[in-house]
Amino acid sequence: MIRLIGILAGLFFSVALLWSLGNGVVAVAQQGYLKEATAESEFHLHPRELDLQSNGPFGTWDLAQLQRGFQVYKEVCAACHSLKYVAFRDLKALGYSDAEVKAIAAGFQVPGIDANTGEANLRPGLPTDYFPSPYPNATAARAANNNAVPPDLSLMTKARHDGSAYVHSLLTGYRDLNTFSVGGKHVKDEFPDFSTPEGGHFNPYFANLNIAMPPPLTTEGQVTYAPGQPKATVDQMSTDVAAFLTWTAEPKKVKRTQVGWPVLGFLLFATILAWMAKNQVWAAIKPKKPRAA
Amino acid sequence: MSFPWAKHYEPVNPLMRYLDEKLPLPRLVYNAIGGGYPVPRNLNYMWNFGVLAGFCLVLQIVTGVVLAMHYAANAGVAFSSVEHIMRDVNWGWALRYAHANGASAFFAVIYLHIFRGFFYSSYKAPREMVWLIGVVIFLLMMATGFMGYVLPWGQMSFWGAKVITGLFGAIPVIGEPIQIWLLGGYAPDNAALNRFFSLHFLLPFVIAGAVILHIWALHIPGSSNPTGVEVKKESDTIPFHPYYTAKDGFGLGVFLILYCALLFLFPNYLGHPDNYIEANPLSTPAHIVPEWYFWPFYAILRAFTSDFFFIPAKLMGVLAMFSAILVWFFLPWLDKGPVRSGHYRPLFRKFFWFGLIPAMAVLFYCGGAPAEEPYVMLSQIAATYYFLHFLVILPIVSMIERPEPLPYSITEAVLGEDKAAVLGENATPGV
Repeated sequence: MIRLIGILAGLFFSVALLWSLGNGVVAVAQQGYLKEATAESEFHLHPRELDLQSNGPFGTWDLAQLQRGFQVYKEVCAACHSLKYVAFRDLKALGYSDAEVKAIAAGFQVPGIDANTGEANLRPGLPTDYFPSPYPNATAARAANNNAVPPDLSLMTKARHDGSAYVHSLLTGYRDLNTFSVGGKHVKDEFPDFSTPEGGHFNPYFANLNIAMPPPLTTEGQVTYAPGQPKATVDQMSTDVAAFLTWTAEPKKVKRTQVGWPVLGFLLFATILAWMAKNQVWAAIKPKKPRAA
Repeated sequence: MSFPWAKHYEPVNPLMRYLDEKLPLPRLVYNAIGGGYPVPRNLNYMWNFGVLAGFCLVLQIVTGVVLAMHYAANAGVAFSSVEHIMRDVNWGWALRYAHANGASAFFAVIYLHIFRGFFYSSYKAPREMVWLIGVVIFLLMMATGFMGYVLPWGQMSFWGAKVITGLFGAIPVIGEPIQIWLLGGYAPDNAALNRFFSLHFLLPFVIAGAVILHIWALHIPGSSNPTGVEVKKESDTIPFHPYYTAKDGFGLGVFLILYCALLFLFPNYLGHPDNYIEANPLSTPAHIVPEWYFWPFYAILRAFTSDFFFIPAKLMGVLAMFSAILVWFFLPWLDKGPVRSGHYRPLFRKFFWFGLIPAMAVLFYCGGAPAEEPYVMLSQIAATYYFLHFLVILPIVSMIERPEPLPYSITEAVLGEDKAAVLGENATPGV
């Protein structure tokens, strides 16, 4: 009886599924394609590979690069983007001394309370403070940026596929819509209706190809690097800030892999011991030889 | 209960003897996973995953309890409290990655455990109750995993909660009130987050209770084995300890190597980047996908794209998704053949390797892919096979199949010949 009900139920679900499948096949046959091609599906580019010293399971931080990246964030990105999960005290990990961290923190104005009147005011930051947001709230951010809220950057490289490479590609990926082509095909020829809205900027590395952020890094030397550091080209600045945001997204990343390898080494050793112990225990009851006769 | 030749617990010192008289806990453990539990001598490594699943449960409870000391279940601060754990709590990053990847490890182990059950028909009499409790544990795990994924309150947490609770909305008439009641509101918010946290903390202990029943029910008939031939005499079995504690110890080592490689080297590989964006009810992610361990069932849910007579497509999808697991409850009665092991079932074996396994693989893949062609069509074909396999093919195969000859006993399967004379020196003649 259960088998009879089961067979009926199985046929019910399969017929319903085949009905859906049939409708899908008919729809595909009528429209003539599996999936409609859009400007996004045809011209969106995957991030170009970015070779950072922190990449991969053996990565380490390049502190000079992280400091340069922090400089780019502070002088360029911080005008619009917050970094709310990072505290000034965290910057010690980039190789800054206590005094330098204090000075960096004091260079930012953070929301505070007037000790005498109790009214809200701004005071110089302390190492225990977090990076302040450039806008008092999302509405103010929207109003100042053509109705787009600049996202917080703390976790940006973990919040996108291939995060570090994405940041670098995006920052260096602004193109002219009218001349942009992939494999000889021009956007304008394939999708004449595709356009960049007012205040938008064409960037094939952004998901929908039009990003509200104007190109932030445009000229060589926009940030003045300390003597002895690489030349501040747009590509170099973008790489450095991508490296910095890799650190902000996961400050414990290098420690994690550095702990991981000894753990794995120990486990390998312990597992070999366990294997030998198992063989020792089982030796007593293993058949002596394959029985031929 | 156990086999008559099971060794009895002998307290080795006065303290243990005293304890055994007052509360025979050591005796219980000895009989459950010690020398007092006779186990078939031919178990292969597929029989390792029950112990590994138990280990994962303990791992999840221990890491989870510590995480709960630092986590704040409030929609306003949940996301930043997770970042607090990642950045400021001592070894918090390790705890959280261990817990998040521990869920994946747990499901991976459980899927292999279930796979073992399917291939060797472990669900058949006399172990139906073991199987039924196992399916209940799997359902509890799914609920726990789902609610746990909501807690970080990222974009996928929020939208996953919205989609899954939205499934109840597909039930006619009472669906929408049920959905609102479950969420404590019209959309996931603080009320939902709080109750999910509470239940996510509770359910693992319910699972632990169900695991005890699972093991208890297993110890009535004793463990199954790769031949599917029941234990006949003492030479068919060996004590769980030291033989299987040693074997499982090695398996545990291999498991830990894989798990720690994931945890320390690629901890975000199985996660979705969108969950590092704080939940935002006003911004829908381009593709809402659950964690990988829900993909086959998510694919079945989305495979129903057309209304079927008077049943809306969405309701069909919900019915099918739940039925896809509920059908496992009926397996012991759908698959009636007396032979258990797939090794001796030629027809079953073909459908298993060339039907069920490819269909599951396709469903896994399509569940993680965007809801567009050709993935929808592929999952429709695979889901059709899935239901046909369990509900139509298995009952028919078990009726018409002519199994291959079975070995007389486990002893014969292992030693080639069933004579006390050819046994290893440790073995004793049959009873």
